[in-house]
Amino acid sequence: MRTGAESGREIFMQGYRHGIPIGLGYFAVAFSLGIAARDYGFNAFQGFFASLITYASAGQYMGFALYATNTTLAELVLLMFIINARYILMGFALNQRMPEGTPLRTRLLVGSCITDEIFGITIARPGVPTPYYTFGALIAAVPMWALGTALGITMGNILPARIVSALSVALFGMFIAVIIPPARKDKAVLGAVAVSFALSYASVHLPVVSELSQGNRTILLTIIIASVFAILFPRENDEPSGGGEDHED
Amino acid sequence: MKINAYLYIFVMAFATWLMRVAASLIMKKPVKNRFFQSFLYYVPYVTLAVMTFPAIVEATQSPLAGAAALIVCIAAAWFGQGLFTVAVLGCVTVLILELFL
Repeated sequence: MRTGAESGREIFMQGYRHGIPIGLGYFAVAFSLGIAARDYGFNAFQGFFASLITYASAGQYMGFALYATNTTLAELVLLMFIINARYILMGFALNQRMPEGTPLRTRLLVGSCITDEIFGITIARPGVPTPYYTFGALIAAVPMWALGTALGITMGNILPARIVSALSVALFGMFIAVIIPPARKDKAVLGAVAVSFALSYASVHLPVVSELSQGNRTILLTIIIASVFAILFPRENDEPSGGGEDHED
Repeated sequence: MKINAYLYIFVMAFATWLMRVAASLIMKKPVKNRFFQSFLYYVPYVTLAVMTFPAIVEATQSPLAGAAALIVCIAAAWFGQGLFTVAVLGCVTVLILELFL
């Protein structure tokens, strides 16, 4: 394991540092989630609790909205399965990087930390995914998510819109920092990123596709684009890395 | 009758968690299939790219500020800046531009 020289504590702290910009982005997004949650009948503690244990943006937004419509628990579960189905793909991508014999415990711990953002930084990190890293990031980011939700519920529009606007870019900046360095090194990744931008933009405006939820559009485009690139530009076998780049700290 | 809010929240969290660990419960070793390997190699970049654009332009008050942040972040990441720097540069770009836009 390439990270053998680092102690668990060092890896945890690295994850924690990388989780801070994620947390900033979460805070801004959670704030608007909180404003919606209040409209759907949740109090600040319930919002905090829900965000702390669910930590799923689109999923929670849908879940909160559904609550206001007197849904059944079965419908809730079905909707969560559909809207969070991309987490299954992310789980496969992370487990693919873990050697045979990795304890189920380790696999479950890494999987439990999956969010779009934590997955992104974990897959970009060279070597085998480790729960030290993912939990470091989770512990930096999720409290901000929960706090943002609770503050959105209690304080509504007290934070100036300009600040929320600026903070909301932090998440995307982080995504970009994850995808661009490998795109620079690998032309196929660069092509995949460019095609993804273009088709994602198109899908927002196309009939039928634009009516899908954002989560479902994401998973549909991911399956299509990644499949096409896998066929056109297959990888050599047994490349352990996801093409990731070392981030400086 | 309204479902108890805490029961509802717990079920929401549990269903979400099941999606997260589904692959962990199934996979015992890396898949050898070349297509599947290649597919998984591209998944993260495609997913994150799809989620970034055009969402970044829609997240800011002024779409122009979001577009500028996109360009600044891509340039910073291209020239080797790390996660935190890129994220902060994006925020600062929006903060400054929205003073004028």
